[in-house]
Amino acid sequence: MNIRAFAALCGALACALLALTETRKFASMSAAGRRFLRHPPAAGGLFVLSFFVAVAVAAPWVAPYDPAHALEIVSLQNQPPSLLHPLGTDLYSRDVWSRLVYGARVSLSIGALAMLVAVTLGAVVGAVAGYARRWVDPLLMRAVDVGLAIPRIFLLLMAIALWERVPLPLLVLLIGLTGWFGTSRLVRAEVLSLRERDFVLAARALGAGRRRIILRHVLPNVAAPIIVSAALGIGNVMLLEAGLSFLGIGVPPPLPSWGNMIADGAAHLTTAPWTTLFPGLAIALVVMALNAVGDALRDALDPRKEMA
Amino acid sequence: MTEPLLRVRDLKTYFVTERGSGTARAVDGVSFDLFPGETLGLVGESGCGKTVTALSLLRLIPEPPGHILPGSTIELEGRNVLALAPRELRAVRGAEIALVFQEPMTSLNPVFTVGDQIAEVGIVHQGLSRRAARARAIELLRLVGMPDPETRVDDYPHQLSGGMRQRVMIAMALVCHPKVLIADEPTTALDVTIQAQILELLKRLQAELGMAVILVTHDLGIVAGTADRVLVMYAGQVMEAARTVDLFAQPLHPYTEGLLASVPRLDAQRTRLHSIPGQVPAATAWPGGCRFHPRCPYAWDKCAVEEPPLAGTGTHVARCWLVQEPERRTARA
Repeated sequence: MNIRAFAALCGALACALLALTETRKFASMSAAGRRFLRHPPAAGGLFVLSFFVAVAVAAPWVAPYDPAHALEIVSLQNQPPSLLHPLGTDLYSRDVWSRLVYGARVSLSIGALAMLVAVTLGAVVGAVAGYARRWVDPLLMRAVDVGLAIPRIFLLLMAIALWERVPLPLLVLLIGLTGWFGTSRLVRAEVLSLRERDFVLAARALGAGRRRIILRHVLPNVAAPIIVSAALGIGNVMLLEAGLSFLGIGVPPPLPSWGNMIADGAAHLTTAPWTTLFPGLAIALVVMALNAVGDALRDALDPRKEMA
Repeated sequence: MTEPLLRVRDLKTYFVTERGSGTARAVDGVSFDLFPGETLGLVGESGCGKTVTALSLLRLIPEPPGHILPGSTIELEGRNVLALAPRELRAVRGAEIALVFQEPMTSLNPVFTVGDQIAEVGIVHQGLSRRAARARAIELLRLVGMPDPETRVDDYPHQLSGGMRQRVMIAMALVCHPKVLIADEPTTALDVTIQAQILELLKRLQAELGMAVILVTHDLGIVAGTADRVLVMYAGQVMEAARTVDLFAQPLHPYTEGLLASVPRLDAQRTRLHSIPGQVPAATAWPGGCRFHPRCPYAWDKCAVEEPPLAGTGTHVARCWLVQEPERRTARA
């Protein structure tokens, strides 16, 4: 590990700390922000998340080696952690730390993008079902029931079996398309109660159309539960990606993701545990951080606490 | 006589109740005219069909379970509102006929600033730019007497008091200079001093902008101070229609009489406050004959059998057999 990488790592840590203190300052200004800060794990989660995001963004500087490059085929196979390779090397003599850093890019962006797809779709379907009712609502909701009844991983396996090699954008899309069912139920329930509120009638009385009412008047009122379900959902998507990659149908090698790193190292768990331990730890940390932040957001954004 | 702005004939709005156990005839054959620039009071107890009448004028009845029966007519300057396509109807709502609701607390969207909500009306109906709509919002807030409109325009509804929210609701209704303003119990949720301010405001705006106002209320005191003509509603029907002065001078219908007697007065001797016995029957089962007869102090056998027509002289009509047989009133009293 060289000086430059070490300095960049310190920079990432500093960025994360800065992000944390800035968020604290910003949050302490509003009632919702103070409720958020009342959760001690939320601050830790926020720190972990901003650290990994900073590392992912600055990957070319933080990573001392090329993540896909086999350094020396013979002498550097499965080396334990050392000064030169802080997290060791894997079976193909690649630096684990460098792969972990670049893997953060892949894993985090898959998580975020797939969740974005899922949340958008779920919010729209839920809002339409909740607002339209009549035959639209039962139709959409039975479709959601079907979607929830089939295990997601099988759904994905079936879809992915259609391609020889799954391109990354398609993987993101597929994960997103199988992940919106829960969100749509949540949104529908909220919309059902919101559509009976007086301000929706008032908007109709002033001449607003259906689409305008759904998008401008109803959906913004559902923002809080949507944000929370997205925060909790990203962790789920990352675990799913790891699972798919572990099965060898996720992110195609040599592109590193935390999931396929574990898959690569699994055969050598007893002789070279570092190849699986560190990506596993990274996944666990990020998922826990997301859950902590999501939980805190749920409490912070609950409008019923606005009065208290 | 001038042409009426709004012509309502035989308006019937029914609701099919759950499990198909019956039909609630919430509005059952209401007819009236609204002339430019006048204020029409719509008075009655809770559950007599005032609000449903108001909502029906803009076809805001939730369908299902509600529906306006085919024989009904609502004409705005000769155009049949009931036959408008959805797009044309939306162009009428808020622009030609505007509605102010009873509950200013819940009728504003909590997640937008009041300025945005006023501006939205201008953007939807007049295609204003964001900037122009905002300027219009400030102008309207000033018109409705909001103190410090330039800063209040960025407030959220929860930052305003009830009276100020009602001013915002009125501002939203006025964006497009509507010809008809329907105010559905605009002061019921407010305390008395604010009530007076809001009514004063409505009067002033009507004089300035020359709109016709339909004022829905259960408070005869409000009607006496603001309305030119009054419709007294009971059980989904118009029981009496008259100019305000005539109605207060000489009510024809026993129901109106009862309502007037139930208003507490400062200038009369202190006695027990009068109340009309019983309550408004369920809309699924209006009584046969005259719908008021079970509660009427003058009722005789004819009232239970035959429904009286709206009868009377010129501008003052009532749906009561006493109009034909006035001697019965004195006989009883």
